[in-house]
Formats: sequence, C-alpha cells, structure tokens
Amino acid sequence: MWELIAQNRRRSWWLFLAMGALLIGLGYAIGATYAPPNGGVGGMIVAGIVWLVLSLISYSSGASIMLNSVGAKEVTPDIHPQLFNVVEEMKIAAALPKMPKVYVIDSPALNAFATGMKPENSAIAVTAGLLSRMNRDELQGVVAHETGHITNRDVQFVTFAGVMLGAIVIISEIFLRGLWYSGGSGRRLGSSRGKSGGQGGAIIAVAAVVLAILAPIMARLLYFAISRRREYLADATAVRLTRYPEGLASALEKIANSTEDLPKVNKAIAPMFIANPLKRAGAKLSDLTSTHPPISQRIRILRSIAGGSGYLEYQSAFNAVRGKGERILPNSALDQNEAVPIRPPAAEPKPSGQRRDVNDIVRAVNGFLFLNCACGLKMKVPPEYQKPTVTCPRCGTVNQIPTAELAAVAAVLETQRAGAAPEQPGQVYRRRGSGWESFRCGCGRTLQLSPAFAGDQITCSNCGRVTAIEDTKDA
Amino acid sequence: MLGFLVLVGLIVVIVVWLVGMYNGLVGLRNAVKNAWSQIDVQLKRRHDLIPNLVETAKGYMKHERETLQAITDARSRAMGAGTVGEKAQAESALSGAISKFMLVVENYPDLKANQNFLALQEELTSTENKIAFSRQAYNDAVMTYNNKTQMFPSNIIAGMFNFQASEFFQVEDAAERKTPKVDFS
Repeated sequence: MWELIAQNRRRSWWLFLAMGALLIGLGYAIGATYAPPNGGVGGMIVAGIVWLVLSLISYSSGASIMLNSVGAKEVTPDIHPQLFNVVEEMKIAAALPKMPKVYVIDSPALNAFATGMKPENSAIAVTAGLLSRMNRDELQGVVAHETGHITNRDVQFVTFAGVMLGAIVIISEIFLRGLWYSGGSGRRLGSSRGKSGGQGGAIIAVAAVVLAILAPIMARLLYFAISRRREYLADATAVRLTRYPEGLASALEKIANSTEDLPKVNKAIAPMFIANPLKRAGAKLSDLTSTHPPISQRIRILRSIAGGSGYLEYQSAFNAVRGKGERILPNSALDQNEAVPIRPPAAEPKPSGQRRDVNDIVRAVNGFLFLNCACGLKMKVPPEYQKPTVTCPRCGTVNQIPTAELAAVAAVLETQRAGAAPEQPGQVYRRRGSGWESFRCGCGRTLQLSPAFAGDQITCSNCGRVTAIEDTKDA
Repeated sequence: MLGFLVLVGLIVVIVVWLVGMYNGLVGLRNAVKNAWSQIDVQLKRRHDLIPNLVETAKGYMKHERETLQAITDARSRAMGAGTVGEKAQAESALSGAISKFMLVVENYPDLKANQNFLALQEELTSTENKIAFSRQAYNDAVMTYNNKTQMFPSNIIAGMFNFQASEFFQVEDAAERKTPKVDFS
C-alpha cells in the first residue's frame, strides 16, 4: 500500500512539472509577444503568480467550495447510522488517521465523491439517490472507492492539477480574446514589430498564438489521462479494502443504469466523482477526453476478478479485459504475494433504505421538523416555519410545534419533584415514541432524534445549549 | 584535506541514512501497535453491545433461551480471557454464537420489525465488519513491518536495535470460518 502511494506521488510530480512547464512556456511566449525583448520573464512571473494564488485558494478552501457548490450537508451518526458505520469500516480498513466527515447531497442522481487535502481532514459525500438504491455491500463498495481516492492522495492531485489546468485555460483565453479585440493589425503587436524590427517578433507572436491554442488542449489530455488511471487504481483499492469486488461492480451497474444527472456540477470538479456526473454532456466525447474510464469496462474488470482480492488479481483481471500489457499498479505492490480471499456477501439483499426514508434523512439534515398527527399523517415542517401551531392538511387538527421546554419551566418542575436545585441542562424535551422525532431548540434550530438515538441529552449545533431528552419509558 | 572532507561527508550521509531507516522501522512498529489496539477497541464495542441485544431480544424469543444464554456465556468468557490465545478462541466462539443468533432471528418477524432491534442489528453487523477490517489492517501493517525487518539492508538496523517480527492475526478456530449449522429438528 505504501509503495502505491509513493509511486503515485512520483507520477503526479512528473505530470505536475509537465503542466507547470506548459504554463510557464505559455507565460513566456505571451510576455515576449507583448513586450519584447524582456517581457518573456515578466510573462513567466505573472503566469506563476496566477497559478500560486489559485492554488492557495483551493488548498485552503477547495473542499468547502466543492461541498457547497453541490449543496452537500453534513450528517451526524444519529441521522444515518448505516452510512456512518460503512464509512468507519472503510476508515479502519484503510487505516486512515481520522474519520472522514460524511455528507449527503440532496439529489436523486446516483453518485459520490471524496474531497479534502490530507487524509487527516477528508470528507466523503454521497447523494440521497445512492442511499436509497444501494444495499449495504454496494454502499460499502462506493465508500471504499472514495476511501481509495483519499489514501492514494488523488484529491490533492486532482485539485492542484485542476487548478493548473484552469490557470492555463484562463491565461490563453485572455490572450486570444485580447488579440481578437485589438484586431489583426493591433496597435500593440504593430508597435512591437516596429521596435524589435520585424521577423523575430512576428515569429514569437505566431508561436504564442499556436501555444495559446494548443496548451489548454494538451493540459487537458494530460489531466484526463491521469484522472482515468486513478479511477482504476481507486477501484483496485476498493476491492482490496472490502475484499468483495461484486459490491462495487453491482453499485457501478446501478449507477450506469440511472438516468438522472447531478445538477450544479461543473467540469472542474467532475473527476472527483465515482462516475462521471456529466453523463449526457459527455456521452459524445471520445475516450481520450473523458475524466472517467467507461463504466462498463470497470464493471467487466471487477466481475472477472478471480481467486482473491489483492492488487495482483485486479491487475490480471485488468489485463484480461483490456487485452493490453498496460500497468495500472506498480510492480512493488504486486510482489507482495498475499492471499486475500474474497469474502461472502452480507446478509442483506434489499436496498438499505426506501426512497421515502432517504427523503426524511435529507429533510432531517436540512432542519425539517417531523410531526406525527393523530390521524397518522406525518407532517414535515420546514425550518422557516415560525408559527407555534400547524394545522394538519388531512384532518384539520391543530398541532403544537414541539419545542424544548425552557429553563424556567424545567427548573420549577425539577425543584418540585426532587426538592433540589436544578443542574444543567436547562432545556428538557420528552420523547413521545421511539421513531423519528424532532423539536425546536430555544434558539429556533431544529434538532433531530433518530430511531437509533440512545443518549440522554443533545447539544444544539447552533447555540450550544444542552437539552435533556427524557424517554417515554422513564416518565 | 580534500580526502578528509569527502570522508566526513560520506560518514554524515551514511548516518543520516541509518537514522532515517531506524525512524522508518519505529514508525512501522507503532503502526502495528496502533492497528492492534484498533482490534481491541472493536472487540470491546461488541462486548458492550451484547447485553443490550439480549435484553431487547429476550421478550420476543422466549423459546430461544439457549441461543441467548450461549451468547452471554461466550461474552463473559471472552471478557475474562487472560492470554492472547485464550482470547482469540473465546472471541471466535462469540462470533459463532452471534451469527447463529442472527440466523435464528429470521424466524421472529416481530423482533425484526422492532426499531430498537434494527438499530442494534446494524450496529452489530457493523461491529463484526469492523473487527474483520481491523484485523485485515493489522495484518497489512504486520506484513509491511516484517518485510522491513527481514529484508536487506534494514534488517541490519532491525537486528541491532532488536526489532522483532510481529505475529499475524490468524483465526485458528474453524468455527468462525464455516457458517453455523441450522438445526430444524
């Protein structure tokens, strides 16, 4: 495993240097066109600064920008215990130093991604559609693939290389448009020609134009090639972590068969996902310009793995399917001749949650309030709702919005009952059953209690107040 | 003079290299220890879950007193085990008892519909997985560490500072590997 990471890092560095050279070369050519004879150096510096600034931004807040751009919401173990458990299992299997944060994206599309610059502060996000359609093994396969991206340091790489690609595209775009607007016989070009005396300047200008057109294309090809390879590598890691190739294979199959696209995804973050989120847009493109290998091929490789779940088995399955002697894994990883048998499937054939349950989870994450009316209707009250009561749309009963009783009331009750001064916590909420429940904290934030909730207090994530939870059985 | 400087430079390079190798070995040994403690954490978690599980199931499974008793007994044996060998055996006996219980549960639809039990079942499944995965991670760490202690040139350092090879975690008891038999009589 360590050799794999080291090799990955080396390869990333080479690619990185190649893209960097492309960027600097572009900067030089543009600089030399506009301000000969010494402008080249200036151009290089400007190009370097553009890249550095973009890199710093993405290093410090790339993860949160990405999570925000797709509307991912963080989940607590309470709200979806199974997803959390599966992530923790993979964290243990991959020996990650810290538990990744878990996010849910409110979308019917089937997809997932990992982000975070270091394994110490990573995050895994899955869509609600994925949660509702996958069984435990499939979910595990998907999470393992994402964990593979984290351990192989792919996130780091994709972010930095992506930023570099962006810088190249931006710079050449600006240059080409600048040329366009200044016209064919632009004043600047004309004057430069005048100064440096004709041909040399003209040649550099032509070279700069050619480079500005070609650089983005070359950078993209480099980027895509590595990004595809990394998908295979993450698949191999997933197989090794779960010891169950069929889980990921059938998950990919479900993903391939789904037709929903993930909205709000732009091209820059597409390589982070388990499957290309821009399916329809990318369908016409050839293999060369895709961030992901064809999903059918990934499934075929996974399904033809036999005899074990080590890297060696993945490599031989890969070669058998692709029919080429291509190396996806370094020799050092294959040498470790270990017997890692494939495990039997988990005893849970059906998907983990129905669509409705997952909708509830998404609402819970977004601060909706669940209210069971006496007629049996489950009302979902959005967090913006401010009135103290809500009328049932089916039977017309007026229901109180449950709130945690405030400190004063609790204090009185407490002193009456025990004859002693009340201690923290100040708020009390009495549970009514053992299913999904939620109530409003004093500050207005909705707090959720899942069926799995077993504690006796809950801390508000907004104001930090502690609310005691009284069980119906205790009362 | 020049020869002396080259000699000093060479010695410095070698020392730095040796220190790096030594630190690498220490890091790997710590990774092994850490992985081992991770197994312990998960085993303890399983011990904590069982009383809850038995308590929840008791009301529904009046005719399965033996199955429940077997789990409770295996748990207390595992908690009282002293040596590593004893512990491994007791834990795999506990695994066997739990998987037998999980099969029996299929006959009790009421129990399976119980929210509380469903949550416990998920926790138990996950804990079983975590035990398996932490074992796997431990063995991975042991293999990397052992390779380093046995292969040239790091084996010289390992020998000098007494880095001993670690043992793999193997499941000796066959009871855990084979699926438990269901008795319909």
